[in-house]
Amino acid sequence: MKNALSLKFHGLTKRSFRWDEVLSDFLVRFFALIPIAALAFIMMKIIAKGSGAITWEFLTQAPSQGMMHGGIFPCIFGTLAITLLMILMALPLGVAAAIYLTEYAGKGLLFRVIRAAVNNLAGVPSIVFGLFGVGFFILFVGRNLDAVLKTGMLFGQPCMLWAAATLAVLVLPVIIVATEEALNTVPQSQRAASLALGATKWQTIWNIVLPQARGGILTGAILSISRGAGETAPILFTGCAYFLPRLPVVNLFGFIPMINPFDQFMELSYHIFIMATQSLDAVKTLPIQYGTTLVLISLTFLLNLTAILFRVHFRKKMGTVTV
Amino acid sequence: MEIKILNSGKTLRVNQDQDLSSNTTKILVRDLEMFYGPVRALHGIDMEIKEKAVTALIGPSGCGKSTFLRTLNRMNDTIPGARIHGTVLIDDVNIYSPEVNVAVLRRMVGMVFQKQNPFPKSIFDNIAYGPRLHGVIDKAVLEHIVEESLKKAALWNEVKDRLQTGALELSGGQQQRLCIARVLAVNPEIILMDEPASALDPLSTAKIEELIYELRKNYTIVIVTHNMQQAARVSDFTAYFYMGSLVEFGLTKDVFTNPLKKETEDYITGRFG
Repeated sequence: MKNALSLKFHGLTKRSFRWDEVLSDFLVRFFALIPIAALAFIMMKIIAKGSGAITWEFLTQAPSQGMMHGGIFPCIFGTLAITLLMILMALPLGVAAAIYLTEYAGKGLLFRVIRAAVNNLAGVPSIVFGLFGVGFFILFVGRNLDAVLKTGMLFGQPCMLWAAATLAVLVLPVIIVATEEALNTVPQSQRAASLALGATKWQTIWNIVLPQARGGILTGAILSISRGAGETAPILFTGCAYFLPRLPVVNLFGFIPMINPFDQFMELSYHIFIMATQSLDAVKTLPIQYGTTLVLISLTFLLNLTAILFRVHFRKKMGTVTV
Repeated sequence: MEIKILNSGKTLRVNQDQDLSSNTTKILVRDLEMFYGPVRALHGIDMEIKEKAVTALIGPSGCGKSTFLRTLNRMNDTIPGARIHGTVLIDDVNIYSPEVNVAVLRRMVGMVFQKQNPFPKSIFDNIAYGPRLHGVIDKAVLEHIVEESLKKAALWNEVKDRLQTGALELSGGQQQRLCIARVLAVNPEIILMDEPASALDPLSTAKIEELIYELRKNYTIVIVTHNMQQAARVSDFTAYFYMGSLVEFGLTKDVFTNPLKKETEDYITGRFG
């Protein structure tokens, strides 16, 4: 008995030192720090070089004197306008698709095919979306609309409408997956309670399921906006312009200013791209490039922050239902 | 009335001894079979459920009593692969005939679930949810319905000063009574209860049982329970299910004191189950 005991606790008071433990401990910590370091490096560089360019004039004026002076206001306006149009198209479509997948589709073949399509869509390179936008929206849909409606050259050319539509297809998987997750977190017992009170399926989805999922849906929407706002390739051929002398605004009925979806537009990420690659003296435009990048990143961060605040707000508001 | 369970030292209080067999039949089940895909969950059930009485469904886990309960308001429709044969007549209407409006049926046949499931809305909005669905928009009418429903569910005095607070802040027992009030608000004729007290403490359970006893005056109640004492206390009729078949069905006092089948006796006396 005594021997067995001493054997069992042999080494209890001796600290062991194992190389594999120490090494793995160090490595996982080190690798975990790399993303933080990368982000910190990028942010520091952009802030250091870009903050000097940020002035009131830079944020509110149009570029002038061969893009070397003035500001980037048309780009900020274009970015906001196109992401607004994009989300107006993508959100209803994506939410509807997710509702179909979670509430109607069952788990059969069609469900698996749509699932696979959504996942593959998320993996398509963004330049392919750009080409798809030209081929499908402008040349196919647009030209045919022009021919049918006899509108001349209205739909069949690059413009904000098609650029936004292209971006909408790009962010569709983000919205679908986020919405699906949000819908799946609503317990089945909630649906059962509503159905048992004589609610129809749609009444149950509209009154019980969607309100409880809206935090997650909004989070997905905002994340997709911040994804779409930073994309360049999809809008490259579908509607953005190097330089426009005026904002893409039309006066509805002659006096209500409205975004004109048939105009071309300037955009932040595209502005950075042309400044870096197309200008006569790329080095001279460096401060503008950094300034524009800082604005774009700040905009994206702001959107992500909004998403987080939304999530916190909705979680607090009604409490979460446990399964 | 106090009854002695045969062959065991236990006694049970049975709540009444009036004759209920003269009550009219509310639900008539004939040769009901239920399938989950290839699995047959119910075997040729025949049952007559009397109006304004409490019918308890007892039996071991997986015996089909909850499945049977859910055929009465067609909640099984929502399960993929579920099929049904036979008829369920409620007031002489076959609820499985194609022209039946399931939403109206479920409004008429309310359901209380095992785990309380209030909506993450205010107490008021929980009760008003059903009436609003069915077109009641007048605020005064809604207030009246909410008050009446909460009174019938014996919850009014506890919550009348805080109708706008979230329903999830109530205790478990209060939440379950809220769910009962929510069902009462759509004015059903039949109330199905799927082990309504199994997740509650003894005190809350007692309150729910008292409530069931009160409600039987105006509603036809079918209750699934695992608790033998509860079945004896609250029910007028008892149905014993085993392996998807209805083994025995009769007045509770008969089933508990003088069961016709050996299996029922074994289950009730605790020798099996």
